[in-house]
Amino acid sequence: MKLFELVESLSLDVKTPGADLTREVTGGYVSDLLSDVIGHAPEGAVWVTLQAHLNIVAVASLKGLAGIILANNRVPEEGTLKKASEMNVPVMTSGLPAFELVGRLYALGLRCR
Amino acid sequence: MTLDDIKGILGALALTGRGDMEIDIGRAYCADLMSDVLAFSVTNSLLITGLTNAQVVRTAEVADIKAIVFVQNKRPDIQTIAMAEAKNIPLFVTELSMFDTCGRLYERGLRSQMGPTV
Amino acid sequence: MTGNSDGVFFLTGKDFANAGSASSNLKGILEKRGIPAEIIRRASIAAFEAEMNVIIYAVAGMMHYTITPETIKVVLQDMGPGIPDIGLAMQEGYSTAPDYIREMGFGSGMGLPNIKRNADKLTINSVVGEGTTVEFVISLERSGR
Repeated sequence: MKLFELVESLSLDVKTPGADLTREVTGGYVSDLLSDVIGHAPEGAVWVTLQAHLNIVAVASLKGLAGIILANNRVPEEGTLKKASEMNVPVMTSGLPAFELVGRLYALGLRCR
Repeated sequence: MTLDDIKGILGALALTGRGDMEIDIGRAYCADLMSDVLAFSVTNSLLITGLTNAQVVRTAEVADIKAIVFVQNKRPDIQTIAMAEAKNIPLFVTELSMFDTCGRLYERGLRSQMGPTV
Repeated sequence: MTGNSDGVFFLTGKDFANAGSASSNLKGILEKRGIPAEIIRRASIAAFEAEMNVIIYAVAGMMHYTITPETIKVVLQDMGPGIPDIGLAMQEGYSTAPDYIREMGFGSGMGLPNIKRNADKLTINSVVGEGTTVEFVISLERSGR
């Protein structure tokens, strides 16, 4: 599934204009602990989190994640978006709680085994 | 959805012994940030988390959360389990990732605070 | 139970094993007085966030509570680094917490906003290098909120 398909079906708000939304999403991950994401998130996964600070971008880039979705309408810090654009990491937001977002991603067929 | 249903759906193990497995859980919330749980969770819900420290049980206690599922086979220490037992907050552990835990429960009808109860 | 009651809990900085126990005790005291569950939840959440702030940032502190038929008042006074800019600290998501605190599930910049959200009145006084006093009041009267 392509990232833009997720953006459309979940009505996500894309915060990084110009980010590549054609990349393939091969799974999902949800966590608010950076060490956990570094340790366990699979490459190609879309990452659902409440963490909005700068370090999420580096973690997503390091792990080759397809993108970051901030739940609960969490507003990314200014520096986070700037760095995300520089590193070509798509950042999206949603008003849904993480549980609901993950439920819908799961219903679309994404898994994290 | 009862705690017993949730345990079955997740293939989870109960870490506490005394809780009533027929309690009805109407809502679920997943997070590793306890302030978010305190801000946005609702009463009588299930907390799904990857954190296992004592503050998770404290958070459930003050926010009137009914039960906690720890994901990725992460287990709290014995003192934390004892505290939960004393506060009557059932604890479960599943081998599933937080993503699949949420996905499976959502698939079976559990929802977060938004939207209608299924 | 009617009339007034008050008491104090002592808090030790970085004592994460016992972090939250003062708020837990306060919750028990409020339950014994037969206060409505939703008000207890608000008071407990506010107290817990304030208690965690003391544990995370300060050397030591205390939580003093006063319960009257009209209000619950909780005052947390600490010996800590103080807050240089209270307005900034009140913004959701603003945090100075180190990574190890974030990895414990705290320090995401929601603590003071959470106290404000649950309290009817919040007062913060802080002197950098000396400490912070957080005082919040929750009304028990029907017209309170």
